[in-house]
Amino acid sequence: MEYVVITFLCLGILLYFLLGGADFGAGIIELFTSANNRSKTRKTMYQAIGPVWEANHMWLIIAIVILFVGFPRIYTTMSVYLHIPLLIMLIGIIARGTAFVFRHYDAIKDDMHWLYNRIFRYSSFITPLFLGIIAGSLISGHIDTKANDFSSAYIYSWLNWFSVSVGLFTVALCGFLAAIYLIGETTEAYDKRRFIKKAEYMNIAAVVFGAMVFIAAQLDNIPLTDWVFKNPVGLSAIVLASLSLILLWYLLIKGKTQVLRILAGFQVTMILLAISYAHFPNFIRLKNGDAISLFETIGPEKTIYSLGMALLLGSILILPFLGYLFYKFQKKEE
Amino acid sequence: MDDFLAARSQMALSLGFHIIFSCIGMVMPFFMAVSHYKWLKTNDEGYKNLTKAWSKGVAIFFATGAVSGTMLSFELGLLWPKFMEHAGPIFGMPFSLEGTAFFIEAIALGFFLYGWNKLNKWFHWFTGMVVGVSGLASGILVVAANAWMNAPSGFDFVNGQYLNIDPIQAMLNKAWFSQALHMCLAAFTATGFAVAGVHALMILRNQNKDFHLKAFKIAAVFACIGALLQPLSGDISAKDVAKRQPAKLAAMEALYKTEKPAPLLIGGIVNEKEKTVKGAIKIPGALSFLAHGNFKAEVKGLDQIPANQQPPVAITHYAFQIMVGIGTMLMFISLIYFFNLLRKKPLLEKRWLLKLFVLAIPLGYLALEAGWVVTEVGRQPWIIYGIMRTKDAVTPMPGIAYSFYIFSAIYFSLSIVVTFLLYRQIKMVPVLYNDKSIVKTN
Ligand code: HDD
Ligand code: HEM
Ligand code: HEM
Repeated sequence: MEYVVITFLCLGILLYFLLGGADFGAGIIELFTSANNRSKTRKTMYQAIGPVWEANHMWLIIAIVILFVGFPRIYTTMSVYLHIPLLIMLIGIIARGTAFVFRHYDAIKDDMHWLYNRIFRYSSFITPLFLGIIAGSLISGHIDTKANDFSSAYIYSWLNWFSVSVGLFTVALCGFLAAIYLIGETTEAYDKRRFIKKAEYMNIAAVVFGAMVFIAAQLDNIPLTDWVFKNPVGLSAIVLASLSLILLWYLLIKGKTQVLRILAGFQVTMILLAISYAHFPNFIRLKNGDAISLFETIGPEKTIYSLGMALLLGSILILPFLGYLFYKFQKKEE
Repeated sequence: MDDFLAARSQMALSLGFHIIFSCIGMVMPFFMAVSHYKWLKTNDEGYKNLTKAWSKGVAIFFATGAVSGTMLSFELGLLWPKFMEHAGPIFGMPFSLEGTAFFIEAIALGFFLYGWNKLNKWFHWFTGMVVGVSGLASGILVVAANAWMNAPSGFDFVNGQYLNIDPIQAMLNKAWFSQALHMCLAAFTATGFAVAGVHALMILRNQNKDFHLKAFKIAAVFACIGALLQPLSGDISAKDVAKRQPAKLAAMEALYKTEKPAPLLIGGIVNEKEKTVKGAIKIPGALSFLAHGNFKAEVKGLDQIPANQQPPVAITHYAFQIMVGIGTMLMFISLIYFFNLLRKKPLLEKRWLLKLFVLAIPLGYLALEAGWVVTEVGRQPWIIYGIMRTKDAVTPMPGIAYSFYIFSAIYFSLSIVVTFLLYRQIKMVPVLYNDKSIVKTN
């Protein structure tokens, strides 16, 4: 059963990254869209993510519930030492979710929209930034459970070049996912070209920030290059990601939107796999060189058994329903 | 403000905020389903408009409920890491099931809100029902988790270790039923009165009377049934608390001395230092009856509880008085309403009755918040009753006061914006739904 639980945890994180990430990305794209195209982008985006955004964000809840039920020490270590970035991320989630809904459902269109739009765009940027910072901090080895002053316990645990680079890299990936996704959501040639341009920029940004991540890791003595290039799985994942990138750009010219989405998702999955496979099942690396591993901190057997059963049963109920939701709102209105 | 107090205040604030939105998310789908059903059956466009108007409000509330709930699932760890480290694996079962329920709810909501003209009409109706049922299920589940904090079970506590963990038994603890029942009824009562009251106000102002009358009738029936059952369920809760948590019951009633038979206090000013209550009305023997079903029974007072295990008396007592007082008032309003229905008096002539409903707009929610204060403050100083103290669970990180201020500001502004949006929705009703079809069908 522990494998079932861990699989669901990984799946939850991955799907949140892909689906929730594309959601955030849509806001990032809007942030970087020139003022005269914004309202069109907004409309396309609303049609694309309106029906599914709430469901997309459930993956975060699933992951967090699995963590606090099944791996309480991981959950509490994160909560204590990454309190501040978690808090900022939560503020981002609150601001973004409410602004998105408010601006759509406000019965009167006036100056308030100026405010909703601002809040939506900036929080779409900040939330994935801090999500990335949190993810980076978990593996950066800056979390110091023995620290006895405020800054080293609660600030430097996440405020370092590596974590911030991972944060920026995450933002770029989200934007990239969203741009690819939006290409298929519009029928106008002009808009299609706009989103393709955005995908290009985001791709370049991702490469730049990706390089930054590696440099920061090198300076910080984080064995990232070893994890990625000295591990067969890591290496093949990176090779596959690069190859698929070439294919992706080829298909982009051909305009095969559905395959494009799958490829973009595949790429991000491969990147996550490359970064995390080598140190799996270690989930948090600590300053003193120790690590908190999934297997060592897993909860008592009965808990894991019931958690696994709940997840399996839940997915039998959820997946068909969710699949139908995506299917139903995929089809364009003629 | 010290960190411990700040953490407690932040928790209370977040929960108090979330609960309002989650109750609306639990109950409104049922109101919509009734109205939707009437539209499908009678083809009266008025009901279709009502369903649509309500669903816009619900989308706003639902999103606010969802983000504040996401906040909470992190906050439990951010504020109470020591609690979660031990409690997570024990009381996590309802949360993992709740995850499924939320997920289904979110999916069904997607179908419901965006499915107009896209889905088979009965499937569309069904998705609305699914939103309600799964919302109710998640409410029950999360209350079962809270009940575990009041009535811990499903583990053996040996030398500070939590052994033989059984999450199913923990979920089905002794308090879950009475709390979940009372909570569900509270959700219907509070939301029902709030919605009915707002529509009553619009009827009194002579705006779109047909529209608002339809809405009023649906909401009022749910509200009044809930309010009539609430005291009965509250009685079950009280008997339960008397058995399980005598300290909480004593604090609720400000019963400083053990008495046999014990009187019921109504009102009164508590002096925590002198351990006295001034100016309360006493009903002899009534507390004995409420707590143990026998007018002569002994009720444990705070004198039998060690000083370091006593909850704050004044807050618990006042909150309990507020809840019961409001509960009684709402019950009377409901009785009058049903009496009126039986006599088939047209509602529109009874302006005073509508005014009563307007008065009751905030009351249900006030009672609901007060009830939670009773439950949570009455459990102090324990976070897990009898096992772990709240102050031992709080996060080691200093400076929680700042996060409390930030969240107070956030929740405060969100409340204002939501109220403002709702006001605008209602203001737009004449423009959006004043089509001829309403007039035609009448
Ligand atoms: C509309 C809201 C509402 C109304 C009218 C009432 N209650 Fe209530 N009450 C709640 C809403 C609520 C609540 C917020 O839902 C609580 C908090 C925890 C719980 O399970 O329900 C609660 C808790 C609660 C508890 C503590 C349960 C525990 O700690 O386990 C008792 C003893 C009562 N109630 C008793 C009553 C009585 C005798 C009422 C008579 C009129 C009453 N309530 C009306
Ligand atoms: C008695 C207290 C509570 C009740 C009755 C309750 C009920 C609900 C309901 C019905 C929803 C659905 C959203 C809506 O319809 O607006 C919801 C959302 C949520 N609640 Fe609560 N809740 C309570 C407390 C909590 C607590 C303590 C937590 C966290 C540990 C929590 C976590 C969540 C989460 C994560 C969501 C978002 C789910 C979504 O996106 O739909 N809730 N809650
Ligand atoms: C929505 C309904 C709820 C409300 C309004 C509420 C209210 C409160 C209040 C007023 C406190 C502060 C008590 C004090 O400081 O004296 C508190 C504490 C707390 N509540 Fe609740 N509560 C609710 C439901 C829940 C649920 C469902 C859970 C968890 C499953 C929960 C978990 C906690 C925790 C962990 C604390 C902090 C420890 C403590 O002070 O006891 N509460 N809540």
